[in-house]
Amino acid sequence: MTPRQRRTGLTATAVATVIFITPFLYIFLMAMKTKKEAALFLFTLPSEWHFWANLTEVIKARNYMLLLAYFNSTIITVGAVTLLVVFGAMVGYILQRRPSGWNKVIYGMALIGLMVPPAVVPTIWVLQGLGLFKTIHGMILIQVAYGLAFSVLLFRSFIATIPRDLDEAAIIDGAKPWQIFYRVVLPLLRPVTVTVIVVQSIAIFNDFTNPLYYLPGKDNVTVQLTLFNFQTQFQSQYNLLFMNILLITIPPLLVFVFFNRQIVAGMTAGGVKG
Amino acid sequence: MTRTRPSPYPYWFVLPAAVVFVTLFLVPTIASLWFSMTRWDLIDAHFIGWDNYRQFFKEPFLVQGLVNTLIYAVVTSASKSVLGLLLAVLLTSGILWQGFLRSVVFFPVLVSTIGVGITFQALMHPTKGVINLGLALIGIDGPSWLSDPGLALYSVAFIDLWKGIGLATLIYIAGLAAISPDFYEASRIDGATRVQQFWRITVPLVRPATVTVITLSLIGGLRSFDIIWATTRGGPGFSSDVLASVIYKQYQAGFYGLATAGNVILFLLIAIIILPMTYWFNRREVDL
Repeated sequence: MTPRQRRTGLTATAVATVIFITPFLYIFLMAMKTKKEAALFLFTLPSEWHFWANLTEVIKARNYMLLLAYFNSTIITVGAVTLLVVFGAMVGYILQRRPSGWNKVIYGMALIGLMVPPAVVPTIWVLQGLGLFKTIHGMILIQVAYGLAFSVLLFRSFIATIPRDLDEAAIIDGAKPWQIFYRVVLPLLRPVTVTVIVVQSIAIFNDFTNPLYYLPGKDNVTVQLTLFNFQTQFQSQYNLLFMNILLITIPPLLVFVFFNRQIVAGMTAGGVKG
Repeated sequence: MTRTRPSPYPYWFVLPAAVVFVTLFLVPTIASLWFSMTRWDLIDAHFIGWDNYRQFFKEPFLVQGLVNTLIYAVVTSASKSVLGLLLAVLLTSGILWQGFLRSVVFFPVLVSTIGVGITFQALMHPTKGVINLGLALIGIDGPSWLSDPGLALYSVAFIDLWKGIGLATLIYIAGLAAISPDFYEASRIDGATRVQQFWRITVPLVRPATVTVITLSLIGGLRSFDIIWATTRGGPGFSSDVLASVIYKQYQAGFYGLATAGNVILFLLIAIIILPMTYWFNRREVDL
């Protein structure tokens, strides 16, 4: 490393700290302050650290709404991501293994899925007709419909790297189509599956717009909506508002620390395909 | 007699995904064309022709939403592609703590948009906010970032840039890694300066990444809703309203037909911008 690279690195770190780290430090500091001190909006150390007091208060707020929201968000995320992996892998598999006129149709659908903004009110109309409006499983299916295109394209390009010889060996051994997929191919898709899980979990956990439209109602709150509701409710209690932001920033931070490589793979591959 | 064996790759594998996608995405999208021409309360739809569309191009605040959408998408997309490339070049040049810096720039991409919006609302507060207090230290009188009607949209675009630039940088880093170091080596021997290398080698060869970044951020910018809703809710007045926030407001007010027309317009806007652009980018690539 040349002295020049060292100097540039130090300068870049200083600038990045101011621009990218300060806001997170600010969230952390605000979350520790008393109500009065937080209202000053200053970037200072808290005079008294109110971590536990703020934490318990924000959890208890509105009859433990935050816990309910975490519960709902977790169910939606786990349910939708599971289906996205299974469905996405199945479609990607057929798309890659059985070239035909239908492939163009499926590709076209995937591109439409990536590009076209969902027609919200007609979607509510369909959901109502099916009895899925304002239900958690309806929300799960919506997230599946919106996330499919990304999963399918990612799985398809990965399945292209798995030799067909494996399928043929299994066919000769008398395996049924479902067994070939489930026993032979699916276990080999582990790396791309992890990528899909991580990237989609973050997207669904952070989703605000879709629950806002399709999952209204107090019992159905999700994490992002709680934060949004608290924004108006806690107008004078910024310490609690920022404690809430801190709490919903921790899950993505943990995922980022442990799955950095998979996230990068998913985001760049998805980007190149998109 | 030969009997064709069933394929080991049966089409029913596509079925579950297709059912979900068609019912919850395709059907509503096609239905929106009809409902956008109706006065509609979710039970009865009354056909009124092009009235909803006419209203969209006549009411000043709806027109402003349309214009704002375009400004917002162009500003965020242009700034993300230019700054993203510069950052990517910097973060692949072997500087100190390069890996750490990449993580720092990327992390905001993964954070809740609502959380980011609320944080910047506090940071951008006109009198108490950290940004204006910081500017005051160097003798600059900071503006009311989010409450000045002429500035609000651009302030939100800045927050969007702050949150999204990590993704652009990441895509560019992947693009830069695909350029052979031989080009730089050869040009260095021929006496090219770093600036010349950037314009003559990096910019043309990183083109696929540029196309991706511009396409993704344009689509994202045109559809943008949550960051605007978390910071200004389209205000002050209608000065930072975009199509997506207009759609939500009309939906809340019970104008379902009008909201759906907004949706169709947003869809057409994206198609009109993205499809010719993709075509043009692809053709240029063949020419090169």
